[in-house]
Amino acid sequence: MKFDPQELLKLRNVRRVAQVFFFSLFLFLVFITDLRYLKGYPASIFLELDPLVAFATAITTHTVYMGLLWSVVLILPTLLFGRIFCNWICPYGILHHFTGWLLGKSRAEERERIESNRYKKLYSLKYVILIAMIAAAIGGTLQIGWLDPICLFHRSMSTVILPMINLFIPSSIYVRQYFHVGAWIIGFILLFLVGMNVLIPRFFCRVLCPLGAFLGTLSSVALWRIDRDPNKCVDCDLCLKSCEGAADPQTQLRKSECFVCFNCIEDCPEDAISFKFLPSLKREVTAPVVPARRAFLGTLVGLGFYAFGRTSGASDRNYDKKVIRPPGSVEEKDFLDRCIKCDQCIRTCPTNVLQPALMESGIEGIWTPILNMKIGFCEVNCTLCGEVCPTGAIQRINIEEKTGTGTFVDEGPIKLGTAFYDYGRCLPWSMETPCVVCEEVCPVSPKAIYSREVTIIKRDGNPITLRRPYVDPALCIGCGICEHECPVTDEAAIRVTAVGETRSKDRRLLMDGGDVSSVRNLEKRDR
Amino acid sequence: MSSSNHKDLAPDSGDSVSRREFLVRLGITSALIAGTGLAARQLWQPKHYVPGFQKEKGLQLKSYALEASKVLPSLAIAHGTEHEKTVRAALTALGGMERFVQKGDVVMIKPNVAFDRPPALAATTHPDALRAVAKLCLEAGASKIIVADNPINSPTGCFFKSGLTAVCADMNLDLMYPEASSFSPLELNGEILKHWTFFHEPFKKATKVIGLAPCKDHNLCHASMTTKNWYGLLGGRRNQFHQHIHSIVSDFTLMMKPTLVILDGMNVLMSNGPTGGRLSDVKPMNTIVAGTDMVAVDSYGYSHLLERDIAELTYLHKAHDRGLGNVNWEDTLHKEVTA
Repeated sequence: MKFDPQELLKLRNVRRVAQVFFFSLFLFLVFITDLRYLKGYPASIFLELDPLVAFATAITTHTVYMGLLWSVVLILPTLLFGRIFCNWICPYGILHHFTGWLLGKSRAEERERIESNRYKKLYSLKYVILIAMIAAAIGGTLQIGWLDPICLFHRSMSTVILPMINLFIPSSIYVRQYFHVGAWIIGFILLFLVGMNVLIPRFFCRVLCPLGAFLGTLSSVALWRIDRDPNKCVDCDLCLKSCEGAADPQTQLRKSECFVCFNCIEDCPEDAISFKFLPSLKREVTAPVVPARRAFLGTLVGLGFYAFGRTSGASDRNYDKKVIRPPGSVEEKDFLDRCIKCDQCIRTCPTNVLQPALMESGIEGIWTPILNMKIGFCEVNCTLCGEVCPTGAIQRINIEEKTGTGTFVDEGPIKLGTAFYDYGRCLPWSMETPCVVCEEVCPVSPKAIYSREVTIIKRDGNPITLRRPYVDPALCIGCGICEHECPVTDEAAIRVTAVGETRSKDRRLLMDGGDVSSVRNLEKRDR
Repeated sequence: MSSSNHKDLAPDSGDSVSRREFLVRLGITSALIAGTGLAARQLWQPKHYVPGFQKEKGLQLKSYALEASKVLPSLAIAHGTEHEKTVRAALTALGGMERFVQKGDVVMIKPNVAFDRPPALAATTHPDALRAVAKLCLEAGASKIIVADNPINSPTGCFFKSGLTAVCADMNLDLMYPEASSFSPLELNGEILKHWTFFHEPFKKATKVIGLAPCKDHNLCHASMTTKNWYGLLGGRRNQFHQHIHSIVSDFTLMMKPTLVILDGMNVLMSNGPTGGRLSDVKPMNTIVAGTDMVAVDSYGYSHLLERDIAELTYLHKAHDRGLGNVNWEDTLHKEVTA
């Protein structure tokens, strides 16, 4: 191929450079979301730029949390130029663009490619999905995380792709292999969405993406757009050959569908297409086309999701003992108002204790983080999950606030739950065997687990002196290292359950004040 | 090579095949038959086995200890207020680091970073202690220093928050994390320890081994000092050790024959061990104990730093009774200095 500077400076290539840049930036940020490398990098910046995250959490919480203000930066160009995010910046869009090229119809015959890029009624589904998600948010449950592309991609990275890389190349990502409960479900969803590019190019972006629908709606007022000069056009349809958004550039442009990839401009042999400032409204379909009755149906589904979810009781009276939330988490119903299931907390957790929930916290809480002490434990001197949480589902607490030290002595430590003994499974309690690993690893001072020395007569008639452990519920912070290190590994003899968590008044165990534990008072005095 | 093609090319030959084609096709089929047979023979497992009861084999760790000296002391106690000066004084009393580390040696330093704790809580080897020991090793001519431990908490978190990651980066020491591939089975004729998975990677290159342990209270075995420090070289189901803790810890004196052990008693974790958690658990004792006999070092530590009755520290007596060290530190050749 001959070197041609003009060829090199084509819009297509400029766009490709941007795509490689933003995709690499995303991968870089995902990689450094680790205790060793996370040195003040804005690890969740893509989520904070995502206007759907800011918009939907603003509906549920009436606030815009910390870094989510960055989303304004993305709304602005959308209002001027349309959905440039989708084909220039969005890492998930870039993934589908690339895999669509790799697996899809890029090598097919010209006619087939043109046909595959015509607009289909199916593509309005994403607006119905968006309406359902907003309706759910108005009801009071945040569910954009199912399909918001940034959440979806971060989640896939945290729970599937990085563990997979580490499985094939040990210690490349983690010192010890990480596990994620139900990772296979998230993995197959990813494979399905990527695989659908074979049948419909940009299937996810065109059909499902609620962020695309949100930006598409904003694009209605964009001042610039792709415009076709009908006097020059010879109706060859070649502009459809590489049209990413299926936006009908060959006729009236569907403004809300256009990804502003600029392929049509360069594919047009007649130079009939240009990117124009304030072109005639007659030559465009300005707003998204969504039949009113389907929009209504979407609203019903969204409100129904909220109502059916809440009345199942998982966030209320029937809460599961396994719903142990990360330190700094807000009260459960507020948590469901904020968590976008991006699983950045799961990515950054240094012990792998954070796991994507399945049905523990109900249908609303699928893929939200819960602690699984069989896999890990909550490290006392660590607040990384709150550092990376973009929405404040896990608040950005510091170590003093977490451990109840320094100026937070009066509040005391944040408790995630309480540890309970199952004496029937405990070696010193019922099997005449010394142990108390739980006491050894208990990280609070004074230890919440204490032991009493007893001398018992064994079955064989010989005496043995051993220590039998107890929990002081006033001191236990529910970190779960006792459960994690218990030698009874299938179902530990000490297990943490959610009751006693300080984030919720309804789920506390001991009444505040009074003489619940003299040791606790001693602890306060000593600090 | 379809038959229709063949017919088109040579319509007269009918259904017959050429000699060449006959041989090639026969050859391919025969090779596949033979290959199948060979593979089956190779892969066939003719006998069953009982899962979980296979005969275990493992490596035997060599001794890194020096020959005993009749002139130089085997135990040094140095009092001082600064890590570097006090460590240096203790080593000088033993005859200098040159006695233990020669030019070109690869030194493995085993700190205790079992828990994710800041240095002030005295639950982990202090970064200043590592810095001081590493400096002495480099001065003595060590070509490389490896720092390795298999913590109870997350390895990256423990090294990071104990401050050792920073020291390693600063002094260009080789920090080894306990990766899955770092472990090999170990064989030992211990009282309880017979076979265990061992953090072998650092020992593949090391020519000298130095144990550098903090002096800590321990809820179950009373104290964690230089002997208990070797716990961090084992992998697998360590939470079973507690069922025979004194036997296991005494087995460490058989397992590991280090060049030198150093007990950091500058700040001692007096209570709530081995994790600590409050500054009030820590007491400044301003002492560094170094020596070639970890049992003697620990017996000094227990009686003079933790200030307790040595009679109750069963694991040291077990080691002493097996001839693996001397629990009566006063009987060894020792020297007490002030930095």
